Amino acid sequence: MELPALLPQQLAAAVLGGAACGIVGVWVVMMRIPFVGVAMSHAAFAGAVLGLLIGVNPLLTAVAACVLASLFIGPLAQRSDLEPNVSVGIIFSLVLGLAFLGIGLLSGPRTSALRYIWGNILLVSRTDVVVMAVMTAVVLGFLLLFFKEIGAVLYNREVARAVGIPERALFYAMLVLCGLTVTANLDTIGGILIFSLIINPPSAAYQLTWRLRTMFLLSALFGVGSCLVGLLVSYLTDAPSGAVIIITSSVVFGLSLVFSPKRRRARAAVSRS
Amino acid sequence: MSCAVQLRDISVSYYEHIALRGVTLDLHRGDFAAIVGPNGAGKTTLLTVINGLGDIRSGTARILDTPLDRRTVRGLRRRIGYVPQHLNVDPRAPMSCREAVMLGRVGRAGLLRRLTDADRTAAERALETTGLMPLADRPVGHLSGGEARKVELARALAQEPEILLLDEPYTNLDVRAANEVEALVTEAHDRFSLTTVLVTHRIDRLPDRCNRVILMRQARVVFDGSREEALAPDRVAGLFA
Repeated sequence: MELPALLPQQLAAAVLGGAACGIVGVWVVMMRIPFVGVAMSHAAFAGAVLGLLIGVNPLLTAVAACVLASLFIGPLAQRSDLEPNVSVGIIFSLVLGLAFLGIGLLSGPRTSALRYIWGNILLVSRTDVVVMAVMTAVVLGFLLLFFKEIGAVLYNREVARAVGIPERALFYAMLVLCGLTVTANLDTIGGILIFSLIINPPSAAYQLTWRLRTMFLLSALFGVGSCLVGLLVSYLTDAPSGAVIIITSSVVFGLSLVFSPKRRRARAAVSRS
Repeated sequence: MSCAVQLRDISVSYYEHIALRGVTLDLHRGDFAAIVGPNGAGKTTLLTVINGLGDIRSGTARILDTPLDRRTVRGLRRRIGYVPQHLNVDPRAPMSCREAVMLGRVGRAGLLRRLTDADRTAAERALETTGLMPLADRPVGHLSGGEARKVELARALAQEPEILLLDEPYTNLDVRAANEVEALVTEAHDRFSLTTVLVTHRIDRLPDRCNRVILMRQARVVFDGSREEALAPDRVAGLFA
């Protein structure tokens, strides 16, 4: 069979998007805030729709919406008088309502807006790749510069604060970077599906290692691998790329469950007892 | 003797709940103080005021000769070891005991600086002091309650703190594990010349080394004095009545 002639920018988008989602996904999975990420991805989607509605570059409005959402979600998630999932759920429903209101108000065909729901990596532009490259570099740079502090925050936020780490600033920075990563990948994966790519690769990595460093590495590799395989399958079968990428990442997670040494260890402990 | 902790008329509230009312307290360097009282007396809040985790509504605090405020709080926390009561650690967390103990050095090292050999040595010493060396590479979620408490103590000691704060260190531990933790705390207090503050609701579990007892009830300090005076039967009965 002849291999398809994929463009370098599609491959670059797969590598960059997969790596960035894999890294920020570790933060989301380890801090157990998946719902926060869902709300952020939908805020980005609502921002993009708003951009289309008012004739501004959707990327810019998506970034603004994401940063705004993280600035609301961060303090809400910290408040002790509100159940975090309830307050974040309210933000989530608000941004979803705004997104669909925006779609309803758009005149003419809504293809441009729907593109931000499903994404299409096969249609990625050179500008998209540049944006994704910058975003991935920022995420990677942040991780390398603050790895020891990030490790402390992921272990336990109270402990991180107690040992004198600027835990709150780091937490907000992680939220904002998560939102910006989602925004940078809106075109390729889509606002609805992106979050699976943030959850599945780190969840798979989590099953396979006892070391945080390895978890980051595996998660990025699984993200990149899911995007590349999904891209190839999508190209060959003409299936929606975002959906195929997400299904691939789900299969990777399923395989990690099967081969997880942590689960084997748990089973062994039960059988010993 | 200089003061490690000076609290003046401190009040703390969480929305409508008042957790501390006008607490004034001096702790001298080298003190081994126990804060004792029933549930909801404000013991943990008082402890967290000392390391700046508690949100002071009114009053002033001076810790290690430094006024406690937004500007100084992070620097002070690096000099204060804190062992919280409940620490939810994921049983599958990708972190070893050694790495968890090393977290105590992260604040001291500072942002954008790598951990040095001195940091690693301090963490190893803390592992040795607490007898955790054989478990150093074990995942931190695979420990018994007593071992997990020792990891938290080792992390606090790895900070090379001047003040050690312990919140209910014997909770959920059997007698043997509680005795081991008590012995380690006493040894660390003497060996590293610490000022130690221990919160407990169990008056029967005050370490022998404890020279100050602060009794709390309904968000106030109701007694501050020697261990012998604090343990007077009528005083204890009144505290938990």
